[in-house]
Amino acid sequence: MIEFLKKFFGHSGSSATAKERLRLVLMTDHLELAPELIEAMKRDLVDVISRHVEVDRDKIEVNFERQDSALAMLANIPILSVNRPNAGPTLVPVESVQSPTAANSAPPRVRKRRKRAAKKAPATGAAAPASAAAN
Amino acid sequence: MVDADIGLRNLDIVLGLESRVKHHLLDVLEERASLDEALVPGKHSESLFLLAAAQSREKDEVETSKMKALILSLRERFDYVLIDCPAGIELGFRNAVAGADEAIVICTPEVAAVRDVDRVVGLLGNRFRPQLVINRLRPNLVKKGKMLSVEDVNAILRLPLLGVIADEPEIIVTTNRGEPLALRKDTPTGAAYHAIAARVAGEDVPAPMPAAAKVTILERVGTLFGGKRA
Repeated sequence: MIEFLKKFFGHSGSSATAKERLRLVLMTDHLELAPELIEAMKRDLVDVISRHVEVDRDKIEVNFERQDSALAMLANIPILSVNRPNAGPTLVPVESVQSPTAANSAPPRVRKRRKRAAKKAPATGAAAPASAAAN
Repeated sequence: MVDADIGLRNLDIVLGLESRVKHHLLDVLEERASLDEALVPGKHSESLFLLAAAQSREKDEVETSKMKALILSLRERFDYVLIDCPAGIELGFRNAVAGADEAIVICTPEVAAVRDVDRVVGLLGNRFRPQLVINRLRPNLVKKGKMLSVEDVNAILRLPLLGVIADEPEIIVTTNRGEPLALRKDTPTGAAYHAIAARVAGEDVPAPMPAAAKVTILERVGTLFGGKRA
């Protein structure tokens, strides 16, 4: 009962806080110390996206941002054009069905995606504007 | 035992050998003294010798190749050469690890230490598979969830666990006298050090875990009314 009350009032051990802080800081440390890893992720991201649209490879930015209890990867990938009109509609994912209209009206446009360690992370601002713009 | 922390000599005082040091590591490297002249025999053990660090000089004055050669010549004479590595990741660190073929990292269960150890393990690279000693653990705090446990630390570092040393007041008392507790096998802490030594030597002995002290009911009641502690 006492234990329950303590937990209830936020007096549980500080070691849990220590663990959580360390987990996040070490993720950031490891990413900072491995630029080649970030380059590899960039390359793979671009390869995937390039299957659907043409992107400006030189202007891609990848950043990492702390968001409360998660680390988010924010990629800024300028899209130059949508160059695969012959792709059958059945194969095209929902996302890229949406993008042609917006992309045609205003190329080059910026698209953001986020991923990684999003343990029940709140919907971030990065994803929201992209889909809003597409509609 | 080589104190490679040039400029910050302290293994001699920990081992109670401070009055016997006549020559140091740089004297040997710069050929002012022979290895035999510089090696100080241990007070409590006939098989332990100390090569003290220079006190008046700086870490950067040692050449990596010379340091490596020195460790090689020590390897020919002794079964084990323990190099006490300086803190930091500069030249002093690189010199200290140059001649080593195994690494033991010591970590206290604190956020700063865990982060630093993580970095050092990264710097040691693929040449080493470091083993971990957790030092200054306070089992009572761990039990209350107020200190990172052995499991917590190693969930992050993921290293083979060599041993755990509790934060015992007795360590301070014996070190004050220059008589390391590590030599007293009859104490739990001494036994923990011995287990580490045995495991380094390749013996298949378990690493003893420090146990939380038993708390009497009266003390527990006292804690209840004593309010919360950070």
